[in-house]
Amino acid sequence: MTFNEKFNAFKTILVKEYLRFIRIWIQTVLPPAITTALYFVIFGNLIGSQISDIDGYSYMDYIVPGLILMAVITNSYANVVSSFYSAKFQKSIEELLVSPTPNYLILAGFVSGGVARGVIVGIVVTLVAMYFSDIQIHSLTLSFTVFLLTAILFSIAGFINAIFARSFDDITIIPTFVLTPLTYLGGIFYSINMLPEFWQKLSLINPILYMINSFRYGLLGVSDTDISSALFIIIIFIISLFSYALYLLNKGTGIKS
Amino acid sequence: MKALQINQLKKRYKNGTEALKGVDLEVNEGDFFALLGPNGAGKSTTIGIISGLVNKSSGNVQIFDKNLDLDPSTAKSYIGLVPQEFNFNQFEPVKEILINQAGYYGINRRMASKRAEKYLRQLELWDKRRSMARELSGGMKRRLMIARALIHEPRLLILDEPTAGVDIEIRRSMWDFLRTINQQGTTIILTTHYLEEAESLCKNIAIIDHGIAIENTSMRKLLAQLNMETFILYLDKHINDLPQCIPGCGLRIIDQQTLEVDIEKSNSINQVFKTLSEHKINVLSMRNKSNRLEQLFMHLVEKNRHNKELVETLIQTSHENIAVEQP
Repeated sequence: MTFNEKFNAFKTILVKEYLRFIRIWIQTVLPPAITTALYFVIFGNLIGSQISDIDGYSYMDYIVPGLILMAVITNSYANVVSSFYSAKFQKSIEELLVSPTPNYLILAGFVSGGVARGVIVGIVVTLVAMYFSDIQIHSLTLSFTVFLLTAILFSIAGFINAIFARSFDDITIIPTFVLTPLTYLGGIFYSINMLPEFWQKLSLINPILYMINSFRYGLLGVSDTDISSALFIIIIFIISLFSYALYLLNKGTGIKS
Repeated sequence: MKALQINQLKKRYKNGTEALKGVDLEVNEGDFFALLGPNGAGKSTTIGIISGLVNKSSGNVQIFDKNLDLDPSTAKSYIGLVPQEFNFNQFEPVKEILINQAGYYGINRRMASKRAEKYLRQLELWDKRRSMARELSGGMKRRLMIARALIHEPRLLILDEPTAGVDIEIRRSMWDFLRTINQQGTTIILTTHYLEEAESLCKNIAIIDHGIAIENTSMRKLLAQLNMETFILYLDKHINDLPQCIPGCGLRIIDQQTLEVDIEKSNSINQVFKTLSEHKINVLSMRNKSNRLEQLFMHLVEKNRHNKELVETLIQTSHENIAVEQP
């Protein structure tokens, strides 16, 4: 395939993925906006007003970065895992497997679809947050970089989950039992400095903590972790998971007999 | 040039099933080639490997001289596949399915849209272009899969039971369509359980059974192997006194006005007419009892099974002998 043909193939997968989640925006874009609004009303307004400032910010402002990133994480993951598994389930993935599209482009196309949903949902949630909170962005570049890298990372993770999934139950197990606990324990609602020492150290093995704190630094200028180390960890995870996903795709795991 | 060359293709599944035991196959460019075999013979596995849906255990596949392992992208770009099962997204509009498929082959959206219109019109699906795929009838879904396989204008079209479950009218129109694209230069490989379809369309044929190709020849040569044909004769009178013997023919009474006649190729059916006429019986009409290819197919498959059983018996016997000889 020439470069142009490859670009057309990539664009086709991306547009298809984009249209898929936009066509059902009531199921994909609206729920995170409502959920986040409820978080702001309950945790930020009702309970948050009883909590003292953290790192110089009101509780409402403090939880904004975490809530935005949580929406990005869950949506980018959900988009790829459900889309790729549905394609496997309906066997429409064979349309791609018989084509000359290289595997790395198939992976990049699905991941980009997940990133697109993560970014759109993230923007919607940010708009909701701006209604409740008067946040000033500390570093737009860092905020956007972390935002994007997080969406990429969890889109790839969703792809790997879909490759191994054998039933629709399998695509909900990881988000329910791994992703949600790690996200909630990743410092969305608190600073790890508020935890006892043992739990502080334990929290440091949670990769989501680094993403949330980097994003928080981008928006508010405060963080519990070192930013350059956090970015390094995110990039290492992306490279490792992308390589693994590509290896599985080349091998035909879960999609070829 | 060979459109397809397969050498010693083997496939063993994880559960130990040996689906292919060393298939060798050659298909010439421009051919209309039948790949036949009973259920579970290895046809779909062969097609799966050629099209990149199944990993082979060993062997070599070349498509228009491009090795599937060394240059998969080019090799795959030559192939259009119509699989046995519906494998498109049921929740996508018909035209969108074609445009996306073209995109996977690197064709831009404008060109893809033009081609989608061309093939949807040719396959009488244009009126359904905005319908969701799940809303189509079985016959329409089959035609959609053919249109999708052709959207990148492949040099080799592989059809895995494309007319299964399709009514005779649509089947005939699909035959005409396939004949036309074959005449225009597209090489076609067809698997089907309708043997009259293979006999009517294909120039060359391979029969796979138990993971090996037991026959690979031209349709003409294969049919020449058949030295007997069976006809059904419908008569104008009751047969009270059936002639006992006509040289080179076997006669059976089906009912009082229907006669079944086996005729060796070296003999003429005129002898039968003449004998019946002498008994003042006229033939109102006649037809072939069964498809010629079907007869041959059954004969070859049964022969292969018989040989296999014989080999297995010999092996078993030799094992038993060895076991007896051991002190």
